[in-house]
Amino acid sequence: MSTVTRASLAEHIYSQVGLSRNESADLLEHVLERVAKELEGGNTVKISGFGTFSVRQKGRRTGRNPKTGVEVPILPRSVLVFRPSQLLRARVNGRQVEGIEDEGE
Amino acid sequence: MTKSELIAELAAANPHLLGRDVELIVQTIFSEISAALARGDRVELRGFGAFTVKKRDARTGRNPRTGEMVAVDEKVVPFFKAGKELRERVNGGVEPGED
Repeated sequence: MSTVTRASLAEHIYSQVGLSRNESADLLEHVLERVAKELEGGNTVKISGFGTFSVRQKGRRTGRNPKTGVEVPILPRSVLVFRPSQLLRARVNGRQVEGIEDEGE
Repeated sequence: MTKSELIAELAAANPHLLGRDVELIVQTIFSEISAALARGDRVELRGFGAFTVKKRDARTGRNPRTGEMVAVDEKVVPFFKAGKELRERVNGGVEPGED
């Protein structure tokens, strides 16, 4: 198993689009930042054929330090959840699924 | 925000690029992440998060409507874990769990 990083994604943009390496890296950053900003504002980001990023509110609950057993309050918080599309779910299992080529936007 | 809105915004912010190139850039990013996950690779984007696949064992499920038992094969599912920076930004600037 290898790890794909910003550098390799930028390299793919470079070879696919014909921009300079610098500009490819900048645009990748721009895309990630734009998605992050949207999520920061509490909004959902839906990438058809890939998945949906959304922010979920979690209420206050009582947790426990697993080591000491001491009860600690877990404060209300907002967490990011990613729901992969049917297409991506099928792809990672090596399946081609017809009829879900692209999900509506 | 949808993918087409993301493409439109990116195109507006980069008037020197062709619209179809901006579209290709956005498509390339998400299709390369998908391809990596399909190979079983991990995609790590510091500050943003990491995409991985997780294996789920075969199990016996039930059709929720009929209550009938159905065999569910072993499968892998895509998983995303937000990076520290993004986790904090989404939570109003503080690490969830901190006071």
